[in-house]
Amino acid sequence: PVSVSRVAAAVATSSGRSYTTHSQLPEEHQMIYEMCRKFADEELAPNAGKWDKEHAFPTEAVTHLAELGLMGINVPGEYGGSELDALAYAIAMEEISRGCASVGVIMSAHNSLYLWPIQAFGTHEQKEKWVAPYAQPIKEDGTLNVGCFGLSEPGNGSDAGAASTTATLSDDGTEWIINGTKAWITNAHESSAAVIFATTDKSLKHKGISAFIVPLDAEGFSLGAKEDKLGIRASSTSNLIFDNVRIPKDNLLGNPGDGFKIAMKTLDGGRIGVAGQALGIASASIDCAANYALERQAFGKPIASLQSIQNKISAMSVARDSSRLLNWRAAMMKDAGEKYTKEAAMAKLAASEAATMCSHQAIQVLGGMGYVSDMPAERHYRDARITEIYEGTSEIQHLVIAGDVFKEYKG
Amino acid sequence: DKSGVDLSNVKMSMNPFCEIAVEEAVRLKESKAADEVVAVSIGPKQCGETLRTALAMGCDRAVHVSTDLRTDYMQLQPLATARLFEKVVESEQPDLVLMGKQGIDSDAGQTGPMLAALLGWPQATFAAKVDAAGSGDGGLVVERETDSGTETVTIPKLPAVVTCDLRLNEPRYATLPNIMKAKKKKVDVMDAADMGVDLTAKNEVLEVYEPPPRKEGIIVESVDELVDKLKTEAGVLQ
Repeated sequence: PVSVSRVAAAVATSSGRSYTTHSQLPEEHQMIYEMCRKFADEELAPNAGKWDKEHAFPTEAVTHLAELGLMGINVPGEYGGSELDALAYAIAMEEISRGCASVGVIMSAHNSLYLWPIQAFGTHEQKEKWVAPYAQPIKEDGTLNVGCFGLSEPGNGSDAGAASTTATLSDDGTEWIINGTKAWITNAHESSAAVIFATTDKSLKHKGISAFIVPLDAEGFSLGAKEDKLGIRASSTSNLIFDNVRIPKDNLLGNPGDGFKIAMKTLDGGRIGVAGQALGIASASIDCAANYALERQAFGKPIASLQSIQNKISAMSVARDSSRLLNWRAAMMKDAGEKYTKEAAMAKLAASEAATMCSHQAIQVLGGMGYVSDMPAERHYRDARITEIYEGTSEIQHLVIAGDVFKEYKG
Repeated sequence: DKSGVDLSNVKMSMNPFCEIAVEEAVRLKESKAADEVVAVSIGPKQCGETLRTALAMGCDRAVHVSTDLRTDYMQLQPLATARLFEKVVESEQPDLVLMGKQGIDSDAGQTGPMLAALLGWPQATFAAKVDAAGSGDGGLVVERETDSGTETVTIPKLPAVVTCDLRLNEPRYATLPNIMKAKKKKVDVMDAADMGVDLTAKNEVLEVYEPPPRKEGIIVESVDELVDKLKTEAGVLQ
């Protein structure tokens, strides 16, 4: 039998230092935390309600985000990025989303879903053309280069392997011809490029899916109408429609047939981002409810002194803190080069359910004030709901987690 | 017990007026009026964090004068603080010292003017605008905020001390690339006790208390009643 202390020592050295509180973080992570928090408090939170009401893409705020280096967080310096790790990304996502959940999803789709797969699987030329101008996305005329990710289709969301968008090599072999429709695409209306997944060989089923980089000014491409969503309304969501869109052969990302694998690996990291967004919504809900409870009086004293309110605030805090720890764990494992699929799925599952619960209870704490737009609680409630659905529904997360858990037992 | 403000578990951050001073210094460097910006702070270990923030805003290097004495007037007071800064100035030989006009803990506003006096340097306080180009060679034109309006002061030649007021600028957020660069910038630490300065407090703080809670206002029925109340109750009219 191996002694407990030897096992503990082995575990401690295997994955490097581990952080569980903000005060334990290394200096630059703390500075990133504080900078994002300050930016969210000063520039995002005061405007989030207006952007939500107007369904308006917050161009100025996203430009400012880009100036701060937040639109290319994990991209290496040689391609214009900020070269930060997954933990910094998770922290930044939570604080930015705490200010405005729409800005959070805009940032996460751009970073995790568009930039990451090209950075991870692309050639040097592809990175120069499609990563660098998007990691530092402010063009000379001041407008932005935004990217998006097209996996889901009207006919398949969770069943990603059933992609029916096709990519056929042209007769002269110089171009791919894309046909099909992608659905539920975040940043669709602001994007100039997309990473999309199309079947190159239907007989191979999910092994016949390939990934492509598509410039959205290509002939034959059109956008669907913007979805009228319950929440994250300042972010645009619509279909991407490809009608014989021709792209150069070199726009294939990775090898033919790699598409499904690229998508799944991309979603692992994307889940850390969405968990961060959900945590931001949860935190904003707790901030709103706790502050309100300390001011609002009932029965002659602040409602914060009532046990039923205390129980809610406590449950909200535990849900938020525990899912934050799950997210930091997934991020730190990713940074250590370890397989983190199960842990990212757990973080996304827990954080999204925490966001829903915290925002629901925040409305309850605020009472009538929680139901009107004078207070942000109702917006947090509407914003939270999508986090249990996109980037892998909670049901899919359960499948991913259970699959990995059973693998451990089968040994 | 009213002997002082309880600082345990209080999160420290850069004094807002000092942030404005850092921003102005970085802008002077960006406009090529300055070559190098050195951030200086006096205080405990947590100063390291605020100095890193200054570095992330664009300062080139930093000096941390380390002390565990309270810097909110309770122990280390403005004259001793100014004397410590005087020592740093003697070793660094800067052409310009930019400071916040006052610390928001003590609100004393004395350190800047005291430092200028110790150094025998010209000073311009409560700066709302600093123009390095406008004064001919090697000087500054400073617009100062006073209670009776803006005053323009010309400092014909550097070195000088300038203290910064709210409207001087809007401090920048540290960008991610600059936060990363700040890691590699140099921070020199020196012990306040070893600098040959008498750090003892010359003033004794007798009591620290909260202002009385705002009393409720009352609605009066007429102007006459208002005037009467101002005379007899508020005592502000004779």
